Amino acid sequence: MTRQRGALFPYIIWIALFVIAPIALVVYYSMLDLSGNFTLANYKSFFTPVYLKMTLTSFWYAFLITLFTLIIAYPTAYLLTKTKHKQLWLMLIIIPSWINLLLKTYAFIGIFGLYGPINAFIEIFGLEPKQILFTDFSFIFVSVYIFIPFMIIPIFNSLDKLNPTLIYAARDLGASGFTTFRRVIFPLTIDGVKSGIQVTFIPALSLFMITRLIAGNQVITLGTAIEQQFLVSQNWGMGSTIAVFLILSMVLIMFLTGQKKGGRVR
Amino acid sequence: MKSLVQATIAIIVVCSLLFFATNRLESAGSKGSKDTLTVYNWGEYIDPDLLDQFTEETGIKVIYETFDSNEAMMTKVQQGGSAYDVAVPSEYMVQKMMEEDLLIPLDHSKIPNLKNIDPYFLDLAFDPKNKYSIPYFWGTVGIVFNPNLIEEHLTFTTWEDLWDSSLKDKVFLVDGAREVMGMGLNSIGESLNAKDEDLLRKATDKLVTLTPNVKAIIGDEITPLMINNEAAVALTWSGQAQDMMWENEDLDFAVPEEGSNLWFDNFVIPKTAANIDGAHAFINFMLDAEVSAQNNDYVGYSTPNKAAMELMDPEVINDERFYPTEEVREHLEVYENLGPEWLGKYNEYFIKFKMSLN
Repeated sequence: MTRQRGALFPYIIWIALFVIAPIALVVYYSMLDLSGNFTLANYKSFFTPVYLKMTLTSFWYAFLITLFTLIIAYPTAYLLTKTKHKQLWLMLIIIPSWINLLLKTYAFIGIFGLYGPINAFIEIFGLEPKQILFTDFSFIFVSVYIFIPFMIIPIFNSLDKLNPTLIYAARDLGASGFTTFRRVIFPLTIDGVKSGIQVTFIPALSLFMITRLIAGNQVITLGTAIEQQFLVSQNWGMGSTIAVFLILSMVLIMFLTGQKKGGRVR
Repeated sequence: MKSLVQATIAIIVVCSLLFFATNRLESAGSKGSKDTLTVYNWGEYIDPDLLDQFTEETGIKVIYETFDSNEAMMTKVQQGGSAYDVAVPSEYMVQKMMEEDLLIPLDHSKIPNLKNIDPYFLDLAFDPKNKYSIPYFWGTVGIVFNPNLIEEHLTFTTWEDLWDSSLKDKVFLVDGAREVMGMGLNSIGESLNAKDEDLLRKATDKLVTLTPNVKAIIGDEITPLMINNEAAVALTWSGQAQDMMWENEDLDFAVPEEGSNLWFDNFVIPKTAANIDGAHAFINFMLDAEVSAQNNDYVGYSTPNKAAMELMDPEVINDERFYPTEEVREHLEVYENLGPEWLGKYNEYFIKFKMSLN
């Protein structure tokens, strides 16, 4: 027993230093005002229409981004498991995520621009060039594009592990394709979907750079507000308060999408 | 497993080689000694040839580092660690650094070329008697626009032109609380340093009515977007406008008559300085008429150096868009350091305005 504890020691230090201490600091700073006095005023100002509306938009856009990512990622992952060289295909999908996020975002500024390739394509059909950049459509599109690989990997893994005989059994027992999917495939891969949702929804909630570069601040999320409080107003208290709410909502999401206790035996 | 070990070793070898190389390069000019000088400036804000010329004349080697925001610069100076000998903050940051005791007073006897500076730009409110700072470049906040893409009657001699209904979805704003809120305050005829909730609220209400025209609120990306004709109108700094106009000759720039911001970037010697004599020598060198004229030719912002202006292309210095007459300058205001509380309020109202975009 003592030996086991000794082996755990580095991890306990690690968690204390890099998980618990930062969160404690965030909570501590959130209760300080500009001159360093202890106060709850930051929390009071969070519960004003501006920040509540911001929270609402953050959640709404994060929801949309996750939804579209899932709609695209699930069938893709499913088809991937059916291909011959599935590891190769998976690799091809993952490679773009190795490129720096900022570079990809800048590329989209060019692609979506009034004189960019998309509008050039639209003009072939004699249509007027459209304003694509700086709309909520472009914001969601780029975010979905960025998150797709992160959603595909866990879903692919759980689909890949799925025992095909279960599907044959369902078909033999007369289930239609849709019923098989609804009653057999989807329930057995729900864990992959849940972790996919976690790795998409949570970062989507705090996106900030894309809101400026692609959405031109037409979309304001909690992430943008935190960035501004820290870098521009240098009001660490308010920035931390928003961060506290962000952390709380992430805990909530983890809780809602978490695996059931005890877990399934595989 | 074997390939994993090999890959790890390869990475370690590459890292140590790079580390060794940078170490060698840096020790060539050991930091913080008498014969080196560390200059901390904005990017693309000096003619690099002049740094070589300075080294030739004085034997002092210059290490040139850049920053992209006043706040980032101040944080690094505050933390110490790097021996910055000369820095170039904007005027409100000079004031802030003075208050935080981060600056060393200048010895004017070591900067004889101070006489070259137009007295109009000396002894300003943010630094009386230029105890800590000397202006390097100055400029305004105004509107850069593409006359080909908008209706003819819009000349932006007034902020009201921004509200014109023909500009729907055509206006870019720079993502800065002081700039946008200042524009709002100016447009209702108030000071851009107003410390009055009522006025801020009124300015925000006025700005909210601008939202149909606002296409985006972004940062430095404005420059390439304006160059590529992605937008017709942008609120930005005169220096940035000049960059755009070099690339896209259709663009024009105007500072509305109701008033706007007048900004200065200034030489200071931060507390971190290790080579104070060298710093004075560098500032004096940069204020030399010929040097300053050459530098201005490269950077292209408005210079406060009167002696240099005599050596410059008259077409440049007679351009009233970038060298407004004193009469116009009367209407311009320098940002005052609002203090954290009011700066916070400006930001709250700015966020409120941004939220109304959606």
